[in-house]
Amino acid sequence: MTQISVPWHPKARQVGRSFLPKWLEVLLLKLMGPILICAVIVTCLFVWASNALFLWVQTGLMETANDAALTTYFSGPLTLAEIKTGMPGALAWLAFAIWPLQFPLFRDVISTTGVIIFFTIVPVFAIWWERKVAGRIQSRLGPMRVGKWHGWAQSPADGIKLILKEDLVPDDADRILFRVAPYFAIIPSAAAFLALPFGVTYVFRDLDVSLIFILALLGVEVVAVILGGWASNNKWSVYGGMREACQMISYEIPMGMALLVPVVCVGSLSLMDIGQAQSGGWFSWLAFSNPFAFLAFVSYFIASLASCKRAPFDLPEAESELVAGFLTEYSGFRWALFFFAEYAAMFVVAGVLVIMFLGGWNSPLPLSWGDWVISTIGDNWIAQGINGILFSGPLWFVTKATFFLFVQLWVRWTLPRVRIDQVLYACVQVLLPLTMVLLFGATLWVWASASDSGAWAAVNGVVNVILGLVGVMFVAGFVAIAAYGFYHRRRLVGNLVIDPLPGG
Amino acid sequence: MNVRVKRIFPAAVAMLVGLGSTTLTALAAGSSAPTAAPPGGVLEAIMFYAVAIATVVSALGVCVSRNVVRMAVWLFLTLGSVALLYFLLAASFLGAIQLIIYAGGTLILLVFGVMLTSKSPWVRWEAPKLEVLGAGVVCLALFVTLSLVLCRASWPGAEAALPGAPVADIGRRLLTAYVVPFEVAGVLLMIVMVGAAHLARQEK
Repeated sequence: MTQISVPWHPKARQVGRSFLPKWLEVLLLKLMGPILICAVIVTCLFVWASNALFLWVQTGLMETANDAALTTYFSGPLTLAEIKTGMPGALAWLAFAIWPLQFPLFRDVISTTGVIIFFTIVPVFAIWWERKVAGRIQSRLGPMRVGKWHGWAQSPADGIKLILKEDLVPDDADRILFRVAPYFAIIPSAAAFLALPFGVTYVFRDLDVSLIFILALLGVEVVAVILGGWASNNKWSVYGGMREACQMISYEIPMGMALLVPVVCVGSLSLMDIGQAQSGGWFSWLAFSNPFAFLAFVSYFIASLASCKRAPFDLPEAESELVAGFLTEYSGFRWALFFFAEYAAMFVVAGVLVIMFLGGWNSPLPLSWGDWVISTIGDNWIAQGINGILFSGPLWFVTKATFFLFVQLWVRWTLPRVRIDQVLYACVQVLLPLTMVLLFGATLWVWASASDSGAWAAVNGVVNVILGLVGVMFVAGFVAIAAYGFYHRRRLVGNLVIDPLPGG
Repeated sequence: MNVRVKRIFPAAVAMLVGLGSTTLTALAAGSSAPTAAPPGGVLEAIMFYAVAIATVVSALGVCVSRNVVRMAVWLFLTLGSVALLYFLLAASFLGAIQLIIYAGGTLILLVFGVMLTSKSPWVRWEAPKLEVLGAGVVCLALFVTLSLVLCRASWPGAEAALPGAPVADIGRRLLTAYVVPFEVAGVLLMIVMVGAAHLARQEK
């Protein structure tokens, strides 16, 4: 009586025909990727534009001094006519679009949509990128077929495949927990984006404890792995879950201790405050202004690899030992949810690293250059635009966080997996004492910086210059090596670049 | 009796009792205090009641379910919804700490312990009837006492404004006025850790 789910099997039921005409089906399949991407871009623009519109009208109302409208604004909802009085005559027809924006709930819904869409783009992009990076590191090409240019549509295609796959639950599994576990992974990693600031105003909720909030949510994600591993009722899965529990519990401590170093330097638990404290150029970033923060940056990066279960710490799903670890019994969409959660958490962890140690959304260029740009071009919208792009804003944040996402991929395909005893040795006997010393040293450093002695200022300046030069050397070295690799890319990959692929 | 009905029956009874007593408490509170619109508006009230119901239901689930790991999951949901309640009250520090310490740490340790102690992963805990009865009586007494206290107490601080920058204030107080209890708690946890390590070593 088992139902056959293999479509090409002779006994399989005839799959119902689509109600769409054939040409429309083909067109939809071919254009699925561009349609998805356009939808994403349009929604992002919509989120940005609606918030900008609201701010513009709010300031307009303040400036044009329509007293009656202002009083209404502070006591209750505005009417359409009142909004129209606050806008230039030519654009008054837009009032209907602005009217709902005055309710915080409506703006929250729009911003949440934006957060969820960003949360969706990051894994889709990162999975494709991971496969390209892996390919290049292993002297092959990675995905090249789907969507013509370098297989850019591989992730959407995989997503569609995974949604269509059968949702298997093993007979002996704890059915409810097995089905629920992926949601325990995806909800915290999506919720972490709510408190992650992308720029000074680009944050959903500016909590005063956003750092602890994000750490707490990343910690909750472990529950999903343990539950999934246990509910599968498979020994590989249980091993994976146990390894994750043990690894996560131990690495949370050095991770928190390393993050305490910038907290001590700035004196706040708010990511917004910590990012703001580092404005002014690359030399005022915390990693380059304090030797303890620099070492804490390195140890946080190592601990964050372990907390995202990325190689060399990917023991929970060690393919060569545990089949697929806690993911062994998962298939289809639930499997995809685990991966979404993992890649989104990688971005969150990289974002926290960038905000805590590398200036967040502040540009590496000194702020005085921005003033120079404005004084040269004149204070018009071009100068403001250049200023906005070059000197602050979410663009820098996303660039830096994406770079550290890339470093995570790079490390994964470069280093071999470590054994579980080596993982715990590295945590308990190396990272933990190191971060304790760093925290102690950082408090001493802050205490010494509080005193106004000239000798200390000189020491501080010398250290700042040396660390800043180290940072510049790292970036320059990376750029040089990447350029070398790009220039010689044909030599690395061989004739495959030119020749048509076998079977193509 | 059908097996499925047998399994659902205690849960249903417990939920009915829980919901009934919650309603009674609410009615009692309503009769003693003047009913006023909640300060945060209708939406916040809806959120509060949704989260509160989730807390109560998941807390009942801890008592009712037979499987140890399921209990842990229900407990996790309970602690998580309490954290949500803190966030609703604008106590974001407390909410985040609740998530880290209870929902994150304690629950992981609980699941960890369950997996290490149970011989089979499907271990079931069937409490004797007498124990259930005793526990029920104690819980009922505790519930009545707490409800009475909550309903009769006058809450003087309810109207007070929130202090600005509570996190910095909490940190300052922990390291100045309350430094001794803070350090004592730290030493206690240290002793617990050393003891746990000692116990774990003895098995070799």
